[in-house]
Amino acid sequence: MDRYNRHIILSEIGHKGQEKLSKSKVLVVGAGGLGCPVLQYLAAAGIGTLGIIDYDVVELSNLQRQILFGTSSLGKNKANEAKAKLQDLNQTINIIAYPEQLTYQNAIELFGQFDIIVDGTDNFETRYLINDACVITNTTLVFGAIYKFQGQVAVFNYNGGPSYRCAFPDKPKKGDVPNCSEVGVLGVLPGIIGSMMCNEVLKIILGIGHILSGELMCYDALSNQNQIIKIKRCETEIESVILNKNNFQNQKMNDLCSSDINEVSIEAFLNNKNVQFIDVRELHEQPKIKNFNVIKIPLSALESQLELISLIKDKAIFCQSGIRSKTAVSILKKYNINNCYSIREGASEIIGYINKSNNNVIHE
Amino acid sequence: MKIKIRYFGMLTEVTGCEEEIIDFPEVVISELLEMLFIKYPKLKDKKFQVAQNNELVPFKTKISSKEIVLLPPFSGG
Repeated sequence: MDRYNRHIILSEIGHKGQEKLSKSKVLVVGAGGLGCPVLQYLAAAGIGTLGIIDYDVVELSNLQRQILFGTSSLGKNKANEAKAKLQDLNQTINIIAYPEQLTYQNAIELFGQFDIIVDGTDNFETRYLINDACVITNTTLVFGAIYKFQGQVAVFNYNGGPSYRCAFPDKPKKGDVPNCSEVGVLGVLPGIIGSMMCNEVLKIILGIGHILSGELMCYDALSNQNQIIKIKRCETEIESVILNKNNFQNQKMNDLCSSDINEVSIEAFLNNKNVQFIDVRELHEQPKIKNFNVIKIPLSALESQLELISLIKDKAIFCQSGIRSKTAVSILKKYNINNCYSIREGASEIIGYINKSNNNVIHE
Repeated sequence: MKIKIRYFGMLTEVTGCEEEIIDFPEVVISELLEMLFIKYPKLKDKKFQVAQNNELVPFKTKISSKEIVLLPPFSGG
């Protein structure tokens, strides 16, 4: 117990409190700017079971704030990579990585296995999904969100307290509020907000202090101002989520971050001569596409190999499932490289299409 | 009545300021918002909630505070 000595000598925690931490189960959704510091402090604190769900891969532009990762992490899945780093930090806890997307189909069963859910995601689609799944499974939600130099922290669905929808009832429409990687952010801001989120998680488990339930903390890093705004529980909002319970798993995710990304089928390009096919999978990934004019630029190396990308042709970008290709398109947009299209199909489906259109493709 | 209005997040990009003092004769928050929408037409397209006395309140609430906060939801992480 030497590891937790500085906890145990606090009269508010002691052996009993440390035992509570080691028996608790916390799921962190999103291992990004907010998720990284939350995960680090939760793992260090000895949370018994720590779940991490994230489908995304580490990009160079993440390293400015996503402090669990290094250059060796580039192109690797964030959940798996975070698990590897955290297991080194604390080998005595159980860490479960889910390298997949949180969806309406898997959320309810997953949330049922944890005591507290931490929302460190970067888009409204997932944030409302998390809130509603927490309402349905009656699970406490620790919420944090950031914008440029400001952050919000709150605890929802805690002991009959309000939910996120009691503060913000309607999901903003696409383009109303910027999502994902569209805006800048001061690197340390998610560190500050993520640490505050972790603080709420620890207090909830330990049963000490004041919990930000029914309150939205608004922090401004430039002015150092901190304002706490009260939120009332709105029964009609909560009831409508519960009434929709049976339909929950039938809902489909809208696009997360691709508000202005052109997503098209490979079919549109097969007979197009003026197109450059770009495979952004890592070089080791299977199935390989042979004897078809494709250039391979792994997502992790994209920003360092921009000179390989044609400025004249249309760019048809694909990966294993159509998710990383969207990230690639948004990265290229940042560099003002236009006419980039994310191919909806993954590599194996693409091979099928190419075979069908009688191109000389060999499935390795 | 002089009211201080504070804007958070992306709202400051529409208003060009983080706070301002407005001389306002009306009594309900929605009337104040109507006036702000004339001053800042793009504000109408933004999603936000309003707080007074450090509490989120419906737009039909009477103004009872010298400070009104316009608070948008953040999605970043």
